Amino acid sequence: MSRKLLLPALIAVALFAASCGSPASSSNSSGGSGGALNCTSSALQTHAPGTLTIGTDNPAYDPYFTGPAGGQWKGKYNHDPTAGQGFEDAVAYAVAQQLGYTREKVAWTALNWKQSFKPGPKDFDFYLAQVSISPKRQQSADFSVPYYTSTQAIVAKPGSPIAQATSLADLKSYQFGTESGTTSYDDINAVIAPTNQPKVYDTTNDVTQALSNGQIDGLVTDFPSAYYIANVEPGGLKIVGQFTSGSGADTWGLVLAKDSPLTACVNKALAQMKTSGKLQAIEQQWLANLSHAPILR
Amino acid sequence: MSAEVEGHRGSRILGGTDARYAAIATLSTLVVLGGLTALVVTSPGWPSVKEKFFNRQEFQYWFSDVAHAFVANVQVFLIAEVLILIWALTIAVIRGLPGPVFFPLRVLAVIYTDVFRGIPTILVVYLLGFGVPALQLSGVPSSERFWGTVALVLVYSAYVAEVYRAGIDSVHPSQEAAARSLGLSRWQSLRHVIIPQAVRRVIPPLLNDFIGLQKDTALLSVIGVVEVFRQAELGQAADFNYTPLVIAAVLFIAITIPQARFTDWLIERDRRRQLAGGGTG
Repeated sequence: MSRKLLLPALIAVALFAASCGSPASSSNSSGGSGGALNCTSSALQTHAPGTLTIGTDNPAYDPYFTGPAGGQWKGKYNHDPTAGQGFEDAVAYAVAQQLGYTREKVAWTALNWKQSFKPGPKDFDFYLAQVSISPKRQQSADFSVPYYTSTQAIVAKPGSPIAQATSLADLKSYQFGTESGTTSYDDINAVIAPTNQPKVYDTTNDVTQALSNGQIDGLVTDFPSAYYIANVEPGGLKIVGQFTSGSGADTWGLVLAKDSPLTACVNKALAQMKTSGKLQAIEQQWLANLSHAPILR
Repeated sequence: MSAEVEGHRGSRILGGTDARYAAIATLSTLVVLGGLTALVVTSPGWPSVKEKFFNRQEFQYWFSDVAHAFVANVQVFLIAEVLILIWALTIAVIRGLPGPVFFPLRVLAVIYTDVFRGIPTILVVYLLGFGVPALQLSGVPSSERFWGTVALVLVYSAYVAEVYRAGIDSVHPSQEAAARSLGLSRWQSLRHVIIPQAVRRVIPPLLNDFIGLQKDTALLSVIGVVEVFRQAELGQAADFNYTPLVIAAVLFIAITIPQARFTDWLIERDRRRQLAGGGTG
């Protein structure tokens, strides 16, 4: 008799607990304005206790990371994130500081950006490498509030016909290429809607090589990366123009594990950095020299 | 005698013809497959795996895109297979040329097979796909699909040349001696006596290599060809669901299984012919 009742009762309790648990945690992560939020480093449950582990891509490129190469970040165009130099590097350390972590208490880990928002446990507390916030990605990972809003930009060879384009309509007949899994791919299709399907490569370096080889006419990526490809890397390429993302804005967020207890605190830190003007100052310091490119409509 | 041969042929796949054997085999299969299915379906992560990998809506939504991209793979391997058959045979014949005059050619053929069997296919695809167009030579195509196909032909010809060589070596020297004694030249005996027998013997391993080639067409994705794997990955990236990759896997299986059965049938046919030949000889 009692055994018959026990099982349904247990199930009911479990269901109740589950139904209570999920909305509570999701509102916690998306809100960030909770009054009782304790965001001091001693209260935060990080990946490695006492340390804030930050993930980024390897190689870490200019202008997001501009320190010298070092550690695992080896190579001519690579930059060691522990230097704290470059736009995203500075944002990462500013968030860490806001959460109460000194520079010595920050550890870096390298991970391909496409792996950062895959479902499952994470080896980092938060990750940043120009990862755009998208509803699909938010299904398997948490994103902070945006720390940067970018446009998409088109890079081409200076003498090529596409370089003369002055409107989005002029671009339709060209062959575009981009990195796989990027919001740039979606934006090519949504905003330019070219007649040829865009070619897709594993890395932006491969897209740049394909552009130099004449295998594509135009490369599409976020504006700071495009600026870097056209002006810093050798190869004599130019920015044709920039355009607004199909979703309205290409916003970048810090990536955290789904329902991470840190999301609310990271959001609070970013909000404080915006209020104090710190975030704007970082952007001014590292990205202000990006000259403007014509806006294509 | 013939009944025994018939019975033996039946045994190749099902393992026997008597009813008890069949019943046990069926039961055993059900237990094993049922057990495996139960293990997967009752695992704690199954609902999320089902949602992420075997999602019906995703399957229907992406099937036509992925299947359309698969046409590129089919085109590439059909063209590559024809070129491989010719180029690999050329290498195998060169490698078998007798006499000191052909020594440098034989060395080149050996180096060729060593090099292209030694380099991972993905590297050959990557280096040719980005490297040759970077030379900016006029008149040389810059199409990544072109160079990707060339890379596959180069790599798989090295394997297939070895298959051919094994076939040629397996033809008994008395066959050539007999052909030469009939007045055929060395070339004629190779062309009309040795190679026809050799090719017939190597068809099963040849098809084996071709199945490998068909799957390796997915490597062209790294140089920018939007083929089945890349299209599936685009779907995966767009919807955060792995079902498009399962579609790609299903498409590959759909073309390789008939070829595998065809190869089985060829092996079985040859075996029967040899048995019949042995009986009369």
